[in-house]
Amino acid sequence: MTTAANTVAQKKGFGATLWDWLTTVDHKKIGILYLIGGGFFFVLGGIEALMIRLQLLVPNNDFVSAGFFNELITMHGTTMIFLAAMPLLFGFMNAIVPLQIGARDVAFPFINSLGFWMFFFGGLFLNLSWFIDAAPDAGWTSYASLSLASTGHGIDFYAIGLQIAGGGTLMAGINFLVTIINMRAPGMTYMRMPLFTWTTFVASALILFAFPPLTVGLFFLTFDRMFGGNFFDVDYGGNTIIWEHIFWIFGHPEVYILVLPSFGIFSEIFTIFSRKRLFGYSAMVFATVLIGFLGFMVWAHHMFTVGLGPTANAIFAVATMAIAVPTGVKIFNWLLTMWGGSIRVTTPMLYALGFIPSFVMGGVTGVQQGAAPLDYQLHDSYFIVAHFHYVIVGGVVLAILAATHLYWPKMFGTMLSEKLGKVTFWFFFIGFHMTFFLQHFLGLMGMPRRVWTYNADQGWDLFNMISSAGALLMAIGVIVMVINIIMTTAKNERVGNDPWEDGRTLEWAIPSPPPFYNFAQTPLVRGLDTYWIEKQDGNKKGYIPAEPLSDIHMPHGSFIPFVMSLGLFIAGFGAMFRVEHSWGLPVLIAGLVLTFLSMSLRSVKDDLGFYVTKEEILRTERGSK
Amino acid sequence: MDLNTKFTPKSWPDHPETATMEAKNKFVGFWLFLGGETILFATLFATYLALRNSVPSGNDFSTQTLFELPLVFVMTMLLLTSSLTSVYAMYHMKNYNFKAMQVWLAITGFLGLGFLGFEVYEFHHYISLGFTYGNSAFSSAFYTLVGTHGLHVAIGLVWLSLLILRNARRGLNLYNATKYYTFSLYWHFIDVVWVFIFTVVYLMGVVG
Repeated sequence: MTTAANTVAQKKGFGATLWDWLTTVDHKKIGILYLIGGGFFFVLGGIEALMIRLQLLVPNNDFVSAGFFNELITMHGTTMIFLAAMPLLFGFMNAIVPLQIGARDVAFPFINSLGFWMFFFGGLFLNLSWFIDAAPDAGWTSYASLSLASTGHGIDFYAIGLQIAGGGTLMAGINFLVTIINMRAPGMTYMRMPLFTWTTFVASALILFAFPPLTVGLFFLTFDRMFGGNFFDVDYGGNTIIWEHIFWIFGHPEVYILVLPSFGIFSEIFTIFSRKRLFGYSAMVFATVLIGFLGFMVWAHHMFTVGLGPTANAIFAVATMAIAVPTGVKIFNWLLTMWGGSIRVTTPMLYALGFIPSFVMGGVTGVQQGAAPLDYQLHDSYFIVAHFHYVIVGGVVLAILAATHLYWPKMFGTMLSEKLGKVTFWFFFIGFHMTFFLQHFLGLMGMPRRVWTYNADQGWDLFNMISSAGALLMAIGVIVMVINIIMTTAKNERVGNDPWEDGRTLEWAIPSPPPFYNFAQTPLVRGLDTYWIEKQDGNKKGYIPAEPLSDIHMPHGSFIPFVMSLGLFIAGFGAMFRVEHSWGLPVLIAGLVLTFLSMSLRSVKDDLGFYVTKEEILRTERGSK
Repeated sequence: MDLNTKFTPKSWPDHPETATMEAKNKFVGFWLFLGGETILFATLFATYLALRNSVPSGNDFSTQTLFELPLVFVMTMLLLTSSLTSVYAMYHMKNYNFKAMQVWLAITGFLGLGFLGFEVYEFHHYISLGFTYGNSAFSSAFYTLVGTHGLHVAIGLVWLSLLILRNARRGLNLYNATKYYTFSLYWHFIDVVWVFIFTVVYLMGVVG
């Protein structure tokens, strides 16, 4: 029985363990898989960043060639956005959101697993470009006039790899939406949901509406490059601006897909470590929804210099600046959450405190660029590079690092060292500002972005050198964190339900890590900050059960998601090499057949799940006490 | 959920498609999926509208010279009727009349197949005239929009066949009722998209 393997703590062989991870549909394990996959690509993207900064360390450097530099910046951006930041956030969403709403699993455990494996194989496909042929070199935005002219298969790797990974993201988005709509515990009304759940909800809605345009855009690119299409080829009546529109209709919401869950994580941190409920909860929810909505109205601010005309530019400029209002609401609410609270400066709180000024700076430069006339000056300069790194690193990466420390005990049952955590923070935080603060001024001095090298004595030398040194500090911070993780895992000191002692939401009411069925009995939710309310009322159990203890229905594991994703991965190679190799077309067809056959198998084979018996739950619950 | 539970038309729930937790999830999830699909087709429509008059100089293909409304009218009628027959099928599903449901779904499938046959003929005809996929930006946008719809029809037909065959021997239960119902949602969606294609591509192309 699969149930016995999951509940009884017995030693398993390597093969059995591997099989368990390849077939798991448990949201907590998939969360860990996302962390591993995203963490791997984060390190990869970091190494690419270090090589970029090494090249720009001194003027007229030839550490890497110009062509290789283009590949580095393209892959750094693509990897960090699609394969590091998003999967890492998905990791925490998967691990935490079902617990926060009192659910036993996500709505679609099978699709959850499929989403992960598609991300993984898509990322693998994209990165194999380093070893086969060439890496993509048209920038992470891959503007059509550049990408159609790019020789070799680099852009093909980009289009197909992102297509596969993007499909996985779309599935994850739908899964979270349905989970949050349908799986909330009794009493968990929308306006009692923790902020991390709310931001996950809105970010998932953005995924649902932003990823289909990317899918279409990537198909256009694929058809133009590999199947004789002419969407962007001006000689045949095509129009390269269409790519820019489609890409940014996806690309701008993508920023909010990343940053909204980060806001959610920081909201949790501020409340926990200020020992206060969130100030202005309903305003926070409204601001989240409003940011999500406005996020779709501003894509053309990436295209001010294209020449859409003063009317279009003015409308998009105003819409862009409007987003600063709900964002400002959020910043003030966080500040007022801390006001009068009894603050504990733990590692996650340190990140949250560092986040506010960093992200505000990124926001302010964003509004500056939103002014279309000024944007003509700033466009394609290092000012832009500085701005979006302040937003993405100052907002998203700080949130991911904070969440790693905050949720590590919940996911793995042991606490990361606070001392090493703070060392990581200071190295990373100082390194981050050293790297990117001066890039604002490099931009204002006229240094264009994406340049391979620059001449000496233009006043750029010192700032570039300091910037590169900062990158090194960030790398040291990340290395300290890896050491921290290894040491913590080796020590393996187990912690209880609520290791931060001031947990407020339901995930802290159950063991760390939770049993595979999460809640022995579905909890009853009596208000915002459910667990905090129960603690105040002296409830030792941590939550009020909404049902008697009875058998629990759980889904079966499945290997099909892995095979379906593998099929797409194989088909990708077939599509790419179709023109120059005769094996291309058969491989393309074989891959698609593999995917659709396994999908059909899933469809015709009944999977009704299984029941965990009451006795088994009682045994597990006693064991974990 | 027990597949062996025997229902009668009286004990069969009013809304079998949302009778269990899994069914509710599937139901909401599928609606959301269709929301994403709407955006996907919206992007394709926008691109088509931007490129429908974009051909290189010396290229004579245009919406006026190419499209013939009688053929498209027949296709439209086939697909619209298939939507109607799928409604009949769902009516019988809700009344726990398995045989009638299967028959109406089979009719739906044949109508869809007829539509697809005409589309293949239409594409083949255009290609024989020299209007290939790579002919112009117009041709790429046309084939991608209409072809994506055709692909959806084809996938729907495979899905329908699997449903009909897989459940032929065992009849309706609360596990497959949702599957039938989501299929009918999908089929209506495809139909609605075709109404827009008929209007935007063909009617506006020939008349507008």
